[in-house]
Amino acid sequence: MNPALQALIVIVVGVGGCVGYFFLSNLFLDKVLFPARGPNAGVNTSRANMIRPWLFLFPAMVALGLYLAYPVFATAWLSLNRNGEFVGLANYSAMFGEPKFWESMRNNMLWLVVVPAGSTAFGLLAAQLTDRIRWGNLAKSLIFMPMAISFVGASVIWKLIYDTRPVEQAQIGLLNALWLKFEGGIGSFLLLRLLPGLFVLAMLALLLWAVWALLRPLVKGGSAGGFWVLAGRIVGALVALFLAWELATWLVGIAGNDLPYGQPMTWLSMPYWNSYFLMAVLIWIQTGFAMVILSAALRGVPEDTIEAALLDGANPFQIFFQIKVPQIMPTIVVVWTTITIVVLKVFDIVLAMTNGQWETQVLANYMYDKLFRALDWGMGSASAMIIMLLVTPILVWNVYNARKEMR
Amino acid sequence: MENIAGKKPALLWVVHLCTAALVALWVLPTFGLLVSSFRTGDQISTSGWWRALSTQESQLPAIRLGGDEVQRDGVFVIEGNLFATSGAEISRWGTSSREPEAFEVGQSADLGDGVTLTVTPEGGFVMSSASSMAEMRMPRVFVTASTPPDFTTNNYSTVLFSPLAGQTIGQAFINTLTVAIPATIIPILVAAFAAYALAWMDFPGRALLVALVVGLLVVPLQLALIPLLQFHNWIGIGKGYLGIWMAHTGFGLPLAIYLLRNYMAGLPRDIIENARVDGATDFQIFVRIILPLSFPALASFAIFQFLWTWNDLLVALVFLGTGNDQQVLTGNLVNLMGSRGGDWEILSASAFVSIAVPLIVFFAMQKYLVRGLLAGSVK
Repeated sequence: MNPALQALIVIVVGVGGCVGYFFLSNLFLDKVLFPARGPNAGVNTSRANMIRPWLFLFPAMVALGLYLAYPVFATAWLSLNRNGEFVGLANYSAMFGEPKFWESMRNNMLWLVVVPAGSTAFGLLAAQLTDRIRWGNLAKSLIFMPMAISFVGASVIWKLIYDTRPVEQAQIGLLNALWLKFEGGIGSFLLLRLLPGLFVLAMLALLLWAVWALLRPLVKGGSAGGFWVLAGRIVGALVALFLAWELATWLVGIAGNDLPYGQPMTWLSMPYWNSYFLMAVLIWIQTGFAMVILSAALRGVPEDTIEAALLDGANPFQIFFQIKVPQIMPTIVVVWTTITIVVLKVFDIVLAMTNGQWETQVLANYMYDKLFRALDWGMGSASAMIIMLLVTPILVWNVYNARKEMR
Repeated sequence: MENIAGKKPALLWVVHLCTAALVALWVLPTFGLLVSSFRTGDQISTSGWWRALSTQESQLPAIRLGGDEVQRDGVFVIEGNLFATSGAEISRWGTSSREPEAFEVGQSADLGDGVTLTVTPEGGFVMSSASSMAEMRMPRVFVTASTPPDFTTNNYSTVLFSPLAGQTIGQAFINTLTVAIPATIIPILVAAFAAYALAWMDFPGRALLVALVVGLLVVPLQLALIPLLQFHNWIGIGKGYLGIWMAHTGFGLPLAIYLLRNYMAGLPRDIIENARVDGATDFQIFVRIILPLSFPALASFAIFQFLWTWNDLLVALVFLGTGNDQQVLTGNLVNLMGSRGGDWEILSASAFVSIAVPLIVFFAMQKYLVRGLLAGSVK
């Protein structure tokens, strides 16, 4: 049968089936099982109302249980087996013995910190910049646009930017074309060393300030808040410290490294840096999401707090960092955790651009390699469990918050 | 009403400039690919897309001469033009790859055996010889020419209608549509009923179920691949469309239930209570009141799910077969990147075919997408 026709039939059957199920099961409940008439009318009505929620929930619960809840346990079980035999933790120890696994872990940690930080920072910047200018909405929708583009499509787009041609040919990749404009003169010094150096230095200062701002209540004692706030502050400070350390090593590199002027670079096969070139793609996609959420949050900041700060003589930067950012902190955490989840699942970008070569492997692609190329279900499931383990803190945090909100 | 873009005009200009730079940075990559998709392969490989509008001087790939021989005044002559389309202007030319710029235009080159060749600036050539050249192997000509901007829609017709990676992109387009539409529609109804129960019906365990849905929201679908593949094989549907529709339905449900429940819980209580007092059953309340009022949330979720199923690669790789009638656009694109990685005219056009539909949906329904994002991020 033609798949398109099959799709049409599935739509009709699926929708019709759903409507039919809900309608008929309700009818059955009201008219046959517990009819609301005769001597037991009152009892029957209340009984029917006890059962009805489960009629409404039944299809969704079955699908959720079968397609999301059951697989978690099944995968946990598979990860303890090899070729149908129970082997305990052998898959895990075999995996821990592979250098490729540790490479994936290292890269994933880098992704986990850099991509949410980059997306949130750019998103916050874009939200603040577009907030009060006339063409702000147009700018927003253009920055938001990459959200609609698939990871694979984005990979093609960025691969053209990173394209490399031999030195005697014209470069068609934007990055190499720009790079070859530098020849080591005064312009190169200004644009490749001084300006980036100052920028990195500014970011470094900002991060160190953030570490201090996060840890200040802990050092001074006083009202540090509950356990979660405390944990959040410590985690935030650690992340900021890690980023600061990365930036400090960059700063050393910017100051001291000899740059190979005049040679086209193969960006995607430069170990360490190529991970950043892949991360740029995801940051490019996720910034729009961060911007939309943060821009709504910025608009929700009460005007009187800003006016009060203005009366006290605060400058625009103080207003932004000390009045607005602390007030939208909960939203920043939400954006951060949501992007973290996306990062943990990132697979398409690495598969399409480098397929894990040149030390760019990440966990999700490592898992795909094990499952569908090496056909090693035990080790593949074990690495999937590692991803699950990394997601778990966010899962717990979300459930905790949702329950708090329900009360 | 003060912020960084305050009253100071200088600062306002900085804000405008920074925004423009940011927007440019975000749009340029896509724009570059769009421009490339309308250029010929030769143009793409000889100059960057930002030069698409200017005339370029570059060395073209070798052109082998050809044409019918005519006898004129006792001399055998082959005449023709190097270019299929006019416009290019030759500055230097040569007959060997070692010396591609050996001759000027108008100069005549001796090819040995008494054969001479001249090339005009417009690409016309005359090859003449005292004896017949029918048996001779035709020489190759290397030209350095300035070519005018050349735009074409041939790339699109090529990728849409000729099989490049086992199948045409046109076929992959239909396959993707076949995956995405049922996978968008089916979860909506299932989720809507469940969301209503979780928002407006009282029963023990409701809070627990909501927490469960929030938890499942972040479970990585990577964990589901092997167990579900085993399950599909066990119930006998194997790899195919039925399997991927079911998988997408399952994976989309937590977000759908979460979004719709949040929205429905915010609907005014009076309407529902009044309807109850008037004797409406829950089923009637749901169909007549809740469903129409929830349209914005339904639309938000539908857009999410459509974008996600259209753009998905992993689920399609795992749950769909690899046959030509089952490969989706993203899978096709990955294959092309592997096999035709350097053919940017094909890659760029294919990529644009695959992102066109999501982009249209995005720009047409952006309002609902933003609304859904704001409601859907766990607070």
